[in-house]
Amino acid sequence: MTEPRAAELAAAPVAPAKGRRLPALEVAALHKSYGDTQVLSGINLKVAPSELVFVLGPSGSGKSTMLRCCNRLEEPDSGEILLKGTRVTGPGVNLNQIRQRIGMVFQAFNLYPHLSALKNVALALRKVRGMSRAEAEARAIEALTQVGLADKAGNHPSALSGGQQQRVAIARALALEPEVMLFDEPTSALDPELVGDVLAVMRDMKSAGMTMLVVSHEMKFAQEAADRVIFMDGGHIIEQGPPEQIFGSPSHERTQAFLSRVTGG
Amino acid sequence: MDKFAEQFLNLEIMAAAWPTVVQGLWVTLLICAVVIPMGMVGGLLAALGALSPTRAVRWPVIAFVDFFRAIPPLVLLIFVYAGLPFAGLDISPFTAVAVAFFLNNSAYYGEIFRAGLLSVGTGQTEAARSTGLTAGQSLVHVVLPQAVRNVLPDLISNTVEVVKLTSLASVVSLGEMLHQADLARSVTYNASPIVLAAGIYLAILWPCVRLISRFERRIAT
Amino acid sequence: MTQLERFLDTFFNAAVLEKYAPAILQGVWVTIELSILIVLSGIALGGALACLRAYRVRFLSFCIVIFADIFRALPPLVLILIVYFGLPNAGIFLSSFVVLYAILTLILAAFAEEIIWAGITSVPKGQWEAARSTGLGFTQALVWVVLPQAVRLAIPPLTNRAIAITTMTALGTVIGVPDILNQATTAQSFSGNASPLMLAAVAYVLLFMPFVVLSRWLESRFAWRKV
Repeated sequence: MTEPRAAELAAAPVAPAKGRRLPALEVAALHKSYGDTQVLSGINLKVAPSELVFVLGPSGSGKSTMLRCCNRLEEPDSGEILLKGTRVTGPGVNLNQIRQRIGMVFQAFNLYPHLSALKNVALALRKVRGMSRAEAEARAIEALTQVGLADKAGNHPSALSGGQQQRVAIARALALEPEVMLFDEPTSALDPELVGDVLAVMRDMKSAGMTMLVVSHEMKFAQEAADRVIFMDGGHIIEQGPPEQIFGSPSHERTQAFLSRVTGG
Repeated sequence: MDKFAEQFLNLEIMAAAWPTVVQGLWVTLLICAVVIPMGMVGGLLAALGALSPTRAVRWPVIAFVDFFRAIPPLVLLIFVYAGLPFAGLDISPFTAVAVAFFLNNSAYYGEIFRAGLLSVGTGQTEAARSTGLTAGQSLVHVVLPQAVRNVLPDLISNTVEVVKLTSLASVVSLGEMLHQADLARSVTYNASPIVLAAGIYLAILWPCVRLISRFERRIAT
Repeated sequence: MTQLERFLDTFFNAAVLEKYAPAILQGVWVTIELSILIVLSGIALGGALACLRAYRVRFLSFCIVIFADIFRALPPLVLILIVYFGLPNAGIFLSSFVVLYAILTLILAAFAEEIIWAGITSVPKGQWEAARSTGLGFTQALVWVVLPQAVRLAIPPLTNRAIAITTMTALGTVIGVPDILNQATTAQSFSGNASPLMLAAVAYVLLFMPFVVLSRWLESRFAWRKV
């Protein structure tokens, strides 16, 4: 982290810029490299509360890495992540506590195979929030109802379809009532006919006002539901704007090239 | 602390015992050279038997394998060495060791080979047979190489076990390394010769054990 | 006497068996006792060491690996003899039962640690990530998410190894533990008849065969888990 930036943050750790609402999630000057490869080269991003930001880009563009830095599954080399003004990166942060406020949904679902759907959702509630079994399971049923799977509460992941597993994974994150939800290619591992169910859940979350940062290839979903679309390539944010602008009339050549490749050009 | 060093790490005694212990090492290696190949062949046959489509072959073979895994090697050895003479069969310690270990090893190698053969999908045999190879040829040239590669860590691991097993031969007075080391111990009232033998076992087997761990990690991930 | 009669007389002599069966039965209890103690302590210790390794403290992991390597590379009989004959001369006096128990427990722990550790490292990284993303601490993620899955993977090899090691309780004979084999060889030299040995062999097989069959069943049950 550069000196001026550090001083800035030290002086006013939680004060929002005057006249603006505090961003739900802020990424500032994020850098990350693996060995010789620079994966993120100075990413700056502010996600407003209740905003759905959609991140597009070719593989290797760094979009998943950026997402994973947000809850520190990857450690950035430099830069800051702020959750409603609270620092996520940096020393002295209670990571376990912060992570309760950030929900993460993975491409591979990552449900715990040895636990039922209900127990999958309830685990963190019991161990991290310290809820009693009854409280945790009640809250878990609520979360499963939100994603439409309350009737599958007793099933193990192996008895669920991919789309159902992903919805349980979403419920698992929702149960902790996070302030921000991160989605890392949530539908890429699903059979096409199951994608719709998951997107429907995501649409419901958007309507309910959840702040969402989504890395995905589901262009149609972006066009319908996203507030802002970001195009990343080679570790940089190339272009960003409302979906109509990005999909309709992208200004950068790289954006155009990517979109034409992807939309079956 | 001094007492410990004197009792276990007495270099003088180790030096004096060295020739005897090394003599035993040769016997150990000889036993291995005989027992390991025999066990592998026996194991392969057992595996093939255990996978036979004919129940009349499968069940006895599986019973054989389970029996010789259930009976402790030392019991088997002593039974062969001390019991058979009663039935009129006079056998040398070496033969007793060879027979007992052959039976024991065939069972263990048998299980490993069986897992290996199962891990190669039936598709491989089907492909080989459809190009005209006989059952024997498909087995030897297509299935077996893959089977062995899949269970290599277990094969190495079991071979390490066999090398360690040779130390049991000391109980029937076969002059392998532990027997010789123990002889030196009883003469010197000092455990250092056995520590010396332990050192030699470590020198030979530690690298193998390390290799096995590395292998298993790679196959697991 | 016909061949068959002579065979029966040598290996299944009723009079000899009747005389020495009680002693051998006592040996059975000793063997059972030892086996249970060894399996419980060995697996518990091995599991604990594997969990410690998960914390990736360099020096600690190094020590654990050294321990596991040494106790897997050395023949049990070598360790038993070193300890049994060496310790008294160094001033420490332990019964042969304790020596056998301690050595076999440490050996089983070494194998168990490696097996369970292999299980832990086989659990996909995504499981750790999912657990930590919901705010679970490292230890919580290890205990509630990773370990249950690791243990399931570890059960077949662990059962096999436990059987192999508990059959080594027969080595106790060499240092005077009154196990089945010891009783049998004593009886054999007193009676000049091989029936006690036969009885010992039968006793061991009856004792361990169920577990061998169990482990065979466990392998087939857990086979589908292997990806």
